[in-house]
Amino acid sequence: MGRIAALTRNPVMIALVAMLAIAGCASKKTPNSAQDLGLNGAGAATPGSAQDFTVNIGDRIFFDTDSTSIRADAQTTLSRQAQWLNQYKQYAIVVEGHADERGTREYNLALGARRAAATRDFLVAKGVSASRLKTISYGKERPVAVCDDISCWSQNRRAVTTLSGAGS
Amino acid sequence: MKSILKPLLMVAAMAMGMTAAGTLPALALVELNVNKGNVEPLPIAITDFQGGDALGAQISQIVTADLKRSGLFAPIDKSAFIEKITNPDAAPRFDDWKVINAQALVTGSVSKEADGRIRAQYRLWDTFAGQQMAGEQFFANDANQRRVAHIIADAIYERLTGEKGYFDTRVVFIDESGAKNARKKRLAIMDQDGANVRYLSDGRSIVLTPRFSPNRQEITYMSYESGQPRVYLLQIETGQRELVGNFPGMTFAPRFSPDGQKVIMSLLRDDGNSNIFAMDLRSRSTTRLTNSTAIDTSPSYSPDGSKVVFTSDRGGRAQIYVMGADGSGQTRISFGDGVYSTPVWSPRGDLIAFTKQTGGEFQIGVMKTDGSGERILSSGFQQEGPTWAPNGRVLMFFRDSAGGPKLVSVDLTGRNEQSIPTANFASDPAWSPLLE
Repeated sequence: MGRIAALTRNPVMIALVAMLAIAGCASKKTPNSAQDLGLNGAGAATPGSAQDFTVNIGDRIFFDTDSTSIRADAQTTLSRQAQWLNQYKQYAIVVEGHADERGTREYNLALGARRAAATRDFLVAKGVSASRLKTISYGKERPVAVCDDISCWSQNRRAVTTLSGAGS
Repeated sequence: MKSILKPLLMVAAMAMGMTAAGTLPALALVELNVNKGNVEPLPIAITDFQGGDALGAQISQIVTADLKRSGLFAPIDKSAFIEKITNPDAAPRFDDWKVINAQALVTGSVSKEADGRIRAQYRLWDTFAGQQMAGEQFFANDANQRRVAHIIADAIYERLTGEKGYFDTRVVFIDESGAKNARKKRLAIMDQDGANVRYLSDGRSIVLTPRFSPNRQEITYMSYESGQPRVYLLQIETGQRELVGNFPGMTFAPRFSPDGQKVIMSLLRDDGNSNIFAMDLRSRSTTRLTNSTAIDTSPSYSPDGSKVVFTSDRGGRAQIYVMGADGSGQTRISFGDGVYSTPVWSPRGDLIAFTKQTGGEFQIGVMKTDGSGERILSSGFQQEGPTWAPNGRVLMFFRDSAGGPKLVSVDLTGRNEQSIPTANFASDPAWSPLLE
C-alpha cells in the first residue's frame, strides 16, 4: 500500500515543519518532512500528481473524539478532494481510517473503519465512483503524532485519502 | 504439545519413614482462605532442591518467584533458615522452621535418570502440625526444566489454597518495538513469568489480538498481511496458518469458543458498522449473531458456551452487552459512568473483566455477569485489554507508560499488581489455559 506522506498545505510552512519534526510533536501541523516527497515547495507539484493532491488539496480530514461525523472543515476538504479525484480519474483510492489512542484496540479498529466509510460515502455523494474507492482501518495502530495529549490525539483521529494506481 | 510430564501422585507412597505422621491427632492443616477480603500472605520456606547442581537451586528459585508473585505467599529469605536440609525425604526439625515462622516448608530433590530425563520431587510440610501435606514427583526432559518448577508451584498453590494454580501456563502477546508512529508488531509467546520467549511472526505486517484455543495448540489473531486486516488461525508447533473465513471486509476481535470448535469475531459491514459472527471451524458455516447499525465487537463466550458478552455503541457510547450464543436476548449490563469495552468472561464463569474509560483514566475492573457488583482493580492513564489466568483469580493487561505498553498482572483483590518482564514493549496478552 502506497502511503503518502502527510504535508501541510501552506507552502511557507513546509520548511518549518521539517524542522519542527525534529522537536517531536510540538507542532500543530503533521510532522512529516517535505523532503519525503522530493519537494522544494508546493509550487513544484505537477497538477494531477499525488503530490499535488497531498499538498494543494489536502489528503486528510480530522474527527472529534469518538465521533464519525464529517465536520464542516472536513466537508470543505472532502469536496475539494472529490473535485480533484473527478478530474484525475486514473487513480484508485484507499481511504484509511484512524483513531487516537484514547480508546481500546478492537473498538478503535471498528471506529477507524466507520470513519473511513463515512469519508468514502461523502466522496461518493460528491460524484467519485464507488468502484474506485476502498477503505481500510488502522485503528490506533498508525499514529502520526506521538505525544500524550490532545494536540496529538486530534491529529490522529483522521481519515487519509491515499492514491494508488497510475499516480504512485 | 508433546506430553512430556508424567505426574505421579506419591502422597501416600512417599511417606516412608514417616510413621509418626499417622499417629498424630487430626490437626487442621495450614491453609489459605483466598476468598477472604484481605489475605495475609502465608509465610513459607522453600529450600533448595537437593542434587542436580545448579538445577536444584533454580527449581527452588522458580517456585519461590511463582508463589511470591501470586501475592498469597511470603517466601522466607534463605539466610534465615536454621536447619540445613540434607535429606529432603526425611522429616525436618519442625521447631527450626516454626521459630522462623515458616508455616509451610518445601523440600525436594532433582536427579538425572538413566534415560536422560530429569526427575524432580517435592514434599510440602505443615510445620506447626508437624506433618507432610503433599509429595509428588515429576519427570521431564531437559528442555522442560522450568515447567517442572511451575508444576510444583501449582501443586503447592493448590494444596494450600484449595484453588487450581496458574503457573504452568503461557501467554501469547504482541511484542512491540520501534518508534510509536512506526511500531513493529510481532506475535510472541512466553511462559507466564516472562521466560522462554518465542516469536511467531516476523514483524512485516501488523498483528493484533492473539488468543489461545482451549487446547493451547492454536492461536487466533488478526493480521494485515493480505492488505485487508483479517482473522487467522496459527498452529503454534507447526507454524501452519490459515485464514478464518472468506469475508469481503475486515474481520477482527477473534476468540475461540470454549469447545474450540468455533471462532467468534467481528465482521465489518459495507456501511462501516461491525457485527458479530461465529464461524464453525469444521463445517466453515457462519452464523450472524448481531445485526445492528452500530459497532458490535470484542465478543467473548461464557465458559459453558451458552452466552456471549460483547461491546456495542448502539446506545450512543460503548457499553457491555450479553446475549445468548445464538444472538438472542441482547441485553446491556454496564451502566456505570464511563465507556466500557473489552469484556472477557472469567473461566470460572462468575465475573466479566473489562476496560472502563472514565475521568481521563483507563481502568481495569470486574463485574458480575448481570452487570452488578462492579469493582475497579487498577487505574491508569492508558491501560486496557484484560485476560484471565485459568483459575479466574488473576488478570493480565497492558499499560502504556514511558513510551510504550508493558504487561501487568493484578489479582482480584486489586492489591497485588506485578509487572511481567518483557524485552521490548508488549501488548494484547492472552493467558493460556492450564495444560491438563
